Parts: sequence; C-alpha cells; structure tokens
Amino acid sequence: VADSPSTNPEKKSRYTSGRGIAGAFEGETVTRRRFMEGTALAAGGVATAAFGLPALGFALGPVFEDTSPTRWQEVGSPDEFDDTNYVPRVINLVPEVGDPGKTTIYVRRFNPERDKVIKGQEPQPYVAISTRCTHVGCPVRYAQASQKFICPCHGGVYGFEGKNEGGPPVRPLDRFYTRVTAGRVEVGDRFSLNSQLERFAPRDPSNHLDGLWQYLYPSRPTT
Amino acid sequence: MRMPSPPLPKFLRPAPPRPGRNGPNGPNGPATAEPAAPPTRKEQAAEAGASAVGWLDERTGMSPFLRGFLYRKVPKGTNWYYTLGTATMFAFVSQAVTGVFLAMYYEPDATRAYESASRITNEVFLGELVRGMHKWGATVMIVLIFLHMGRVFVFGAYKYPRELNWIIGVVLLVLTLMMGLTGYLLPFDQRSFWATVVAVNLNASGPVIGPYLADFLRAGAEFGSTTIPRFYAIHMLLIPGLIAALIFAHLYLVTKLGTTAPPWLKATKKDLNKEEI
Repeated sequence: VADSPSTNPEKKSRYTSGRGIAGAFEGETVTRRRFMEGTALAAGGVATAAFGLPALGFALGPVFEDTSPTRWQEVGSPDEFDDTNYVPRVINLVPEVGDPGKTTIYVRRFNPERDKVIKGQEPQPYVAISTRCTHVGCPVRYAQASQKFICPCHGGVYGFEGKNEGGPPVRPLDRFYTRVTAGRVEVGDRFSLNSQLERFAPRDPSNHLDGLWQYLYPSRPTT
Repeated sequence: MRMPSPPLPKFLRPAPPRPGRNGPNGPNGPATAEPAAPPTRKEQAAEAGASAVGWLDERTGMSPFLRGFLYRKVPKGTNWYYTLGTATMFAFVSQAVTGVFLAMYYEPDATRAYESASRITNEVFLGELVRGMHKWGATVMIVLIFLHMGRVFVFGAYKYPRELNWIIGVVLLVLTLMMGLTGYLLPFDQRSFWATVVAVNLNASGPVIGPYLADFLRAGAEFGSTTIPRFYAIHMLLIPGLIAALIFAHLYLVTKLGTTAPPWLKATKKDLNKEEI
C-alpha cells in the first residue's frame, strides 16, 4: 500500500521488464493468462495425439508386419513334372479371399545342364515360376511352341528360364521355393531374381533389382 | 470481418403496411371505426413462413451472410461458362448422395463384393439406376472438372489474388482422381481387380517409398482380405470428407474475392469512374 509499482521502479522484475509481458507480477516470467493458454493448447495436443497417433499406427500397421506365414502347398507327385516342359498348377496365395487369392504357377524339374547354379545359393529341386508379370503385375501365359512367357497387357516376353527378353518388364519372373516331402512336390514362399538369376527377397512388380536398384527398391517387412 | 451486404431484392423486402392495417385508428389508416378484415388463409400461411424464417434469422444472424453469398455482384460479361464450377459441385453432391445409398447394399468383402454389386444392379429396386448414376456420374465429374479448370485457365482467373484458389482446385482434382482409383476396385469384377493390381504396382514403381506405399494400399504384400475394406473406407469416408472441406474453402475464396470478368472485356473510363467496383 505504501509504494505503488508505478512510483517505485525497483519493483519491476528484471525478468519481465524487458519482455513486454503486460500485467506481470514481480518475478513472473510468464503471465497466468499465457500459462493457461499454453496449458490448454498442450492438453488439446495431448488429447488429439492420444487418439490420432494410435489411429495412424492402426492404418499404417500392415506396412510393418508380415501377416502371411510360410505355407507349403502340394502341387503333385514328382513324376508329373519333367525338366523340359512347364506344367501349370494353381496355388492359393491368400486363402481367405477365395478365388482372387489363387494364382497359376508353372512348374518343371530343375535341369542341371540347362539351369544356372548360383554360387552360394542352394538350387531348388523344382523351378516354380510365378505368372505375375514384373512390369505391373498382369498374369503371363506360357506358350509351349515358342517356350516363352507372354504378358497380354503390355507385351512383355520372358524366355524359358523366366528371364525378361522383350517389352517393358524390368527383371525375370519371380519364383517360389520348392521341396519334395513324402513323395509330393511342395511350393512355398515367393522370391525374386535379378538378371543373373540371383535370389532376392520378394519385390513388387516394376521394381528393378540389378546393381544399385536393389537398394532403391528395398526388401520390405511384409514379405 | 464484415461480409458485404447488398440491398435486399425487391421481392424480399417487407411490404409497407396497408392503410388501416394497424387498427381502426392506425397511424396511416383512415380514421374510420371499421374493424380490420380477418387474415385470409394465404395471409396466414405467408405470416407463418415469414415468422419461421425470422425465428431462424434472429438466432443465427444468417441473413447478411446469405445475402452476401447469394446476391453478390458479378462482373459484366459473366456467362454460362461461369457455371461449370457449380456443375462440378453438383456432380460431387450427386456422387455423394448416390454413394450413400449404394453403401446400404454394398458389402466390402472380397468374397461378397461382386455378388452384392451385381445384386444392386439386377435385383434391388432402382438399383441399376442408382449404380449407373454413380458410375457415369464419376466420369461426368472428371469431365466437368477439366472443363472448369480450362475455363479458369483460359479466362486467366487463376491470377493474383486467386492463386490459392487454383491450388485448392488442383488438390480437389487430385482427390477426385483418387476417388476414381479407389472406387474402381469396388465392383470387384475382373476388370476392376486387374486394374487395381496394375495401379498398385504403378505406385510400387516409385523408388524407396513406392514399395511401402503399395503395401499400405494393399494392407500387405499381396491383395488380401483387408484390401477392399481399406479402399472402401478411403473411397467413402476419408476422401469425400476432404473434398467437402476443400469445396467450402474454394467457395469461401470465390465469395471473398469475387469472380473475374472475361478477358475480352476491357474496363472503360466510365467503368473506372464508378464508385462501386
């Protein structure tokens, strides 16, 4: 009561005087009003993040997990396949969606004279070729007469080993792991190949795999 | 901010009181003791409508805004090409309405989608009409967008200060194309399945983030059981909400900034001397 702040410059806080905070008390670095504004904004931000971040993670989750376990599917007995001709077989990639989850594959026995053995990679006993074109994923068809795989969409052509020979495809056709169990040929997971037929984790169609491209189109957690 | 409020058009102005209406000795009426005639049905109905509107207006204060929005001045030379934007918005509204009703019969499940879509066409009453309007309306909307965009471009209406509205329009165009992409899968016939496979793999062709984007769209490495629900949710909830919000922003800027005169009209000295612009 004795000294009003206006007549006593000593009472001005050195924290607030230079900051232009109107109505600040002695020693205050922030007014109540600004403190409450900040608190309200922070509370709103926390509340928004509390539902926003889980929702975002919920939508993005499938990108980071492999939800399809390895399933070995039987495609026939060994005497149904030889090493010069492909035999079409239907396997089920995604059983829960019914027909759209099925796909045709072409299967033959591994031919030690014709097929290249990649150093450090165990050759598969059977060659199971995926019909998913490596351009943009249309289904290719094997033409027995010319021993080529042909894509109806944009004219991609692949040779007997599935190597891309013409049209827009960027790498050879994918294959599946194969094994023989209890006298039956079984087909497992997909893998991709570069132009040297070296094995890679499965990539999407349109992804190059040679040289530095394999790093620009990385292997993904989903596969 | 004050919205401009031009004068009420004549038909909306309250009629001046008729002589004698205020009572036997009304301020303007003749000084006769003749009682006023009871209001007719028509007058009662008009009174009820006016009081309902008045009730709303008193509580919302909408009328200055609506007057500014609906009776705003447009430049000389405004012609039918200026209606293409409204036509596009009408196409969106028609897509939204038909889409809501299609959602009552459609089942977003890989094993049920095709059957439910063909049931809409073949069995549901008027289903063929509603689905047809949605399908062809999508094409109409794209065409109208490009015509509207062409009009704005040719008339130079994207120039200062309307650049932001052009940008919002481009975002709306991209969102509409995304509606086309996500909606194409939903009938789930051969054509829509393979078109979506190709479209997703086109997304995968982008370096580094492309493969992850494709995984996001498919919800996994393969076309799976949650792919259709994902496309469906994006198609009917996420993007329409964004489009509706951006249409409001687009229209707000149109109202705020006004439209431009056609480029072939040059301002005359007489125009420039006018007080109102």
